[in-house]
Amino acid sequence: MLSSRVQVGLIAGLLISLGLGLTLYKAINLGFPLLPGEYRDVWTVETKANFRPSSNSAVEVELVLPTMLAGWTNLDEHFASSGFGFSIIDDQADTRLMAVSRRARWTRQSLDRPTTLYYKMQLYRSADSSQLPDFPVFNPVQPRLEPDQQAAMERLVIKLAEKSSDQERFTHLLIQEFLRDSPDQDTLFLLGSYQEDALTVMMDVLAYRGIPAHQIRGIFLEDGRRRQTLSSLVEIYNGEGWAIFDPGTGISGLPHNFLIWQRGDGTILNVVGGRNSSLEFALVSNSLPVKTVVGMGQRTEEVDLLDFSIYALPVEQQGIFKGLLLIPVAALVVVFMRILIGVRTSGTFMPVLIALAFIQTTLMVGLLIFLGLVGIGLWIRSYLSHLNLLLVSRVAAVIIVVILLMAVLAVVSYKLGLEQALTVTFFPTVIVAWTIERMSILWEEEGGHEVLIQGGGSLIVAVLAYLAMSSPIVEHLTFNFPELMLSLLGLILLLGKYTGFRLSELHRFRDLAVK
Amino acid sequence: MFGIISPSNLRRLGILGMNRRNIGFIGAYNKRKYYRIADNKLETKSVALSRGIPVPELYGTIERQFQIKRITEQLEARDSFVIKPSQGSGGKGILVITGRNGDLFVKASGVEIDSREIKRHTSNILAGLYSLGGRNDSAMIEALIDFDPLLKDFSFEGVPDIRVIVFRGVPIMAMIRCATRQSDGKANLHQGAVGVGIDIGTGQIVCAVQHNLIVTQHPDTGVVFGELKIPHWQRILDLAASCANMTGLDYLGADIVIDRIRGPMLLELNARPGLAIQVANQAGLRHRLAIAEKIANLTDDQDVKIKLAREQFNQTRVGIGQLALKIV
Repeated sequence: MLSSRVQVGLIAGLLISLGLGLTLYKAINLGFPLLPGEYRDVWTVETKANFRPSSNSAVEVELVLPTMLAGWTNLDEHFASSGFGFSIIDDQADTRLMAVSRRARWTRQSLDRPTTLYYKMQLYRSADSSQLPDFPVFNPVQPRLEPDQQAAMERLVIKLAEKSSDQERFTHLLIQEFLRDSPDQDTLFLLGSYQEDALTVMMDVLAYRGIPAHQIRGIFLEDGRRRQTLSSLVEIYNGEGWAIFDPGTGISGLPHNFLIWQRGDGTILNVVGGRNSSLEFALVSNSLPVKTVVGMGQRTEEVDLLDFSIYALPVEQQGIFKGLLLIPVAALVVVFMRILIGVRTSGTFMPVLIALAFIQTTLMVGLLIFLGLVGIGLWIRSYLSHLNLLLVSRVAAVIIVVILLMAVLAVVSYKLGLEQALTVTFFPTVIVAWTIERMSILWEEEGGHEVLIQGGGSLIVAVLAYLAMSSPIVEHLTFNFPELMLSLLGLILLLGKYTGFRLSELHRFRDLAVK
Repeated sequence: MFGIISPSNLRRLGILGMNRRNIGFIGAYNKRKYYRIADNKLETKSVALSRGIPVPELYGTIERQFQIKRITEQLEARDSFVIKPSQGSGGKGILVITGRNGDLFVKASGVEIDSREIKRHTSNILAGLYSLGGRNDSAMIEALIDFDPLLKDFSFEGVPDIRVIVFRGVPIMAMIRCATRQSDGKANLHQGAVGVGIDIGTGQIVCAVQHNLIVTQHPDTGVVFGELKIPHWQRILDLAASCANMTGLDYLGADIVIDRIRGPMLLELNARPGLAIQVANQAGLRHRLAIAEKIANLTDDQDVKIKLAREQFNQTRVGIGQLALKIV
């Protein structure tokens, strides 16, 4: 049989390395951040596909789902389609796109009223890049034009080509031409003959000029925006690579708030058996800590056996665990202060409970309230001790007095406009009452000096535990790496076998150093 | 005020720290099932009586609240007595009555209290105010020690009691705790009582310490400690060693008082004796614990153990605070 010392050492070593190992695994392999502080914008995009059934016939709706480009990551997606047959089609058949394209397909045998189909997704930017992958270059097909259109286009191209050195410059000038307050006659004519659709004119002009180009369709992300519609960007090939232009402004480059839905031409919403179809988007942005975002991503990925993340729980329970997981840290502080430092406290883990209350009240307010409660409580308790009551009813009486004090404090401070003192309710009443009782006995038995030592010791430990628990790093680590609790457990086991001197003993035996 | 001593110095002096005491000695040597005998003074008393170990006379016990009403009748014939919780710790909740003044009771400090006060105190004891972990307790009323006049001047008001640390049946260190005006008649060293180290070998005073500082005479009675010698020393060591046998506790503190007529008596036992005795003796426990271990391995005979202990732990005075320990 191994000695208990060796056993503790082995178990503690195992626990500590298990905790650290799992933490490192999660940090390195699963990408959990070890440090808090980074925030990411998570966008919720709700897509509504509206249409009217054209006749009482079968309906088939296909929605091209967005391709995640430029550093965007899809966290979660939901489809609402009551009464419809639903499937998602992955196909790479469209080799032109060189990317997996996904389509959602809703089908229904018959439909008799206007219908809206919903597609909701949550996404965030995991990498801030505006770099798009390669895209195949096809020589543009010459547009089919009426003779007068062709003449106007010819004149426009020649005019722009004279001023431009390369394709990019040409595109820029082209867009500027359409944005001008008073475009020239040819431009106005073209617009008129194209039903005022400037984008189509531009695409045709580019094709006429021989510049490979296509549209990029997507949405401009605006927080809180409803009824947003699809926008288009123009992407042209300049001979070496692709360049993006915003036809609305003429500025080149991918706008930062643009979510690419589809790169390349082609319809996004395709309704068979329906008419008046339209797509609109509602957008909401939330700023979430990176850790939460990663957690949301985790849920959609495969569940990893080793990953027992708290994020698997509903949001409400997550909040509770956030608090619970901090308690081991406070317990470690108590163990450390008592075994290594030798601080005397009134009640072993009473400081932990006080520290938990401090988290709600903030430190200074908490200290003032606590000292106030205990001070007044002691004063009232000293009167109660004259009444010669049985212990249980005396403590019960003190509990009621404490609650009354809390109520008075809350009401008075609220009337005075000191809303912070309202947090008084977070103090554990029974613990405060017992603290008062113990302090009072201590006072009678051993004098005020001892009360100061133990009361002060308790407060110091409580404040340290509070500081430890309220540190953002500790909060982050305990919540995201609950397996660190195993390491804490191991550490506490080791401390339980510490036979060295306490710091206070170095002081206590100081005068023995005579030899 | 805030001086400290280096851990290596403490180790050289053989000072036992709280953590090592808890893990290395109390935890390792004292079986929990034997704690009860030490923690419950009523049990200590009955076991001691069955072994013929002298203890202060028990006048009665109060176990239930309703018995408190009749406490005054019960105490009618007693001029002096002590009421204490049977499971108290650290000397808490001990009420010492030294005399009467009409209907009033005179406490050791001279303060007079009425019977209501006595009842309240007893009721607090029953409710577990002074016991470990707040468990319900019973109160015991026992005879006040009529302590030996030789020791009279050792203490201001309270009873001076002798604490002997016994390890595996070998007495290894002893002190006498003397109450002072400052300690309010209580024998608690950190409240200002004087701790007086006693040489195991001879029963002579080694050193006296108040608040960690060496003193030569009692601050209130003025008695010079160095001139005193504890009477009945061999009997005290015998008594302490017998207690270890009786309880099965290998690391034990025995509190002994000396009655004028009956001699040394066991007052109470402590399964978790404090470390202040090292300050009173200006010596560490660890070297002595190691020697005691050897002695205990050598023999099982109590008399031999005590004899060897008296030889081994014979401190020769080199000067105040400078003590040499002969180690074989």
